[in-house]
Amino acid sequence: MPANRDNSVRWEDELYDLLRRNNVTQFAYVPDAGHRSLIDRSLADPGVHSVALTTEEEGVALLAGADLGGARAVLLMQSSGAGNCINMLSLIKGGHFPFLTLLSMRGDFGEGNPWQYPMGQAVEPVLSAMGVICLRIERPEEVIPTVSAALTMVFQGGNAVAVLLTQKLLGAKAF
Amino acid sequence: MVADYPQGVDMAAAIAAGFVLDRRAAVPKLIGRHEDFLFVTGLAGTARDIAALTQDGAHIYTMAGAMGGACMIGLGLALARPDKRVLVATGDGELLMNLGALATIAVLNPANLALLCVDNGHYGETGYQKSHTSLGVDLERIAAGSGIKRTRTVASEADLAEGARMLREGNGTAFVVLKVKPDEPPSYKRNMDPTSCRVRFRGALLGTA
Repeated sequence: MPANRDNSVRWEDELYDLLRRNNVTQFAYVPDAGHRSLIDRSLADPGVHSVALTTEEEGVALLAGADLGGARAVLLMQSSGAGNCINMLSLIKGGHFPFLTLLSMRGDFGEGNPWQYPMGQAVEPVLSAMGVICLRIERPEEVIPTVSAALTMVFQGGNAVAVLLTQKLLGAKAF
Repeated sequence: MVADYPQGVDMAAAIAAGFVLDRRAAVPKLIGRHEDFLFVTGLAGTARDIAALTQDGAHIYTMAGAMGGACMIGLGLALARPDKRVLVATGDGELLMNLGALATIAVLNPANLALLCVDNGHYGETGYQKSHTSLGVDLERIAAGSGIKRTRTVASEADLAEGARMLREGNGTAFVVLKVKPDEPPSYKRNMDPTSCRVRFRGALLGTA
């Protein structure tokens, strides 16, 4: 569990509000415990499209399509999903599409499941190789400032940014 | 005598299996007035079909890589612009690479989205190797099984009118398979720079890059 549960609840709600204030209207995800609050709030929000994906690479293409139509979207995924996105990121890098993803990390700080390490440890080098800037968050008070910075980098700066919500922030799963 | 179709294609077998229509005639007939749509296309054949049809218009976004993404680009665009009709035109190979997208799209079921699969049963760009649709896979049944309620296979001239209507009308996402001969798509030299195509598309639709 995170060190401070109250603090955690607060940033999760603030994070959804921050994305909505910045006109994010498409939330794409493969279901994940680390993003439960954002997913549930997007499902309950009639002002957005909540898009459940079968694999994360679908989300990469969805974000590009949203941009073609003048809308803003975010991809919520687990670290393992980063690997499923790699060739589809050719679309983002080649087309200079704005791209924002929030990753809940596995296979790092305190991970007990050996299957999570190969992709978890490869997230940053692999995304970097495809032109995605990675920003790590380890403390609750960093969440809102970091995602605010990412929103600017993506939707004003025209970049691809992955915000990594680490297991120091989220707490490591025991399994 | 040299065959007038691509080397390596068993055209008689393809025709016997129902791949009969000429894509250069059937695609324009099925689409009709292209200005009524925003287009997202697949990589090779369908990019050339739609670029030739529209003279590489600013209302099309064609791919030449990132295979498997066409349907989902179309979904993002359709959700962003419910006031416009979005037509994804892609090939059997491109669609087969991300069949899960059909499930994702079926759940959202936007009424302004239509998916057109120009199915020639082959990977034309890589030398006309047979695709799974030449080997027993039925994309319309996959789409229907994924939950898309409005599906149709167009395999003859007689089917074209109904297929055309489905692409333009209805209260949910439509999925049309157009079965065509494994023959060359139109030769058309389109803009293959993904960034300038993005800027062109957004400029025309939104008045901004």
